[in-house]
Amino acid sequence: MTLNYFLLLSAFLFCVGVYGVLARRNAVLVLMSVELMLNAVNINLVAFGAYVDDPALTGQVFALFIIAVAAAEVGIGLAIVLLIYRNRVSVNIDDVNLMKW
Amino acid sequence: MIAAANASFGQQVAFWVSAGVMAASAVRVVTARNVVHAALYLVVTLAMVAATYAELTAEFVAWVQVLIYIGAVIVLLLFGVMLTRAPIGREALDNEQRMVALLAGAALLGTLVAVLVDGFGNNKVDLTSASVSRTAQLGAPLFSRWVIPFEVVSIVLLAALVGAVALARKDAPARRAASPDRR
Repeated sequence: MTLNYFLLLSAFLFCVGVYGVLARRNAVLVLMSVELMLNAVNINLVAFGAYVDDPALTGQVFALFIIAVAAAEVGIGLAIVLLIYRNRVSVNIDDVNLMKW
Repeated sequence: MIAAANASFGQQVAFWVSAGVMAASAVRVVTARNVVHAALYLVVTLAMVAATYAELTAEFVAWVQVLIYIGAVIVLLLFGVMLTRAPIGREALDNEQRMVALLAGAALLGTLVAVLVDGFGNNKVDLTSASVSRTAQLGAPLFSRWVIPFEVVSIVLLAALVGAVALARKDAPARRAASPDRR
């Protein structure tokens, strides 16, 4: 199959994730959009791994590492979101500007 | 020859079906007006990503995707939706920079498409049954060449676990003093 099919699919998924991160206001939805972007990167890694035909399967191993780090990221992210909600009774990230200016 | 052509045709059909469903549900994830619906569309998207891994002959990564993402991450996100107030409606979930975000996403997509088409043109990826990477083939490099990064990832996971528990603990005395308006 053409390598570009997978790369273009992952580029689309990444850009949808970028739109979600920029346009969403609810912190949980921003985390979901970040997951979309991480998955796009993983598709890229696995596609290139199949393309270069590496016996050490570097692409797939890196995809596994990214999945593990993404699980850690979403755990920490949701703990922070929960803390924000507990302190402000809202998860609207436009309101959380304490460290912004 | 005919069998190979049929397999290739089957791969094409599987790819386009999963790619179409993935693209549609990913768009719904970022446009849905209900947080729970967005999470459920994210399940569909992640399942289709797992199907794409399977199409790329990465069977173990596909199952890890199902177990970790659909099994664990989605449950975590749904818990997050449950424990925070999940408002419904476009104004509560999206901010005012939708058009700017759309422009940024479209510009990035255009750039990426141009670069990818220019750089990789018609390069083929070999997805015959000879190139299927079995779980054992993945396990050998994972525990020999990549064993140090593997252990580091386990430490990262442990640190994240401890950090998440420390952050989300309810009865931390310092924070109770810091936020008297806590309900």
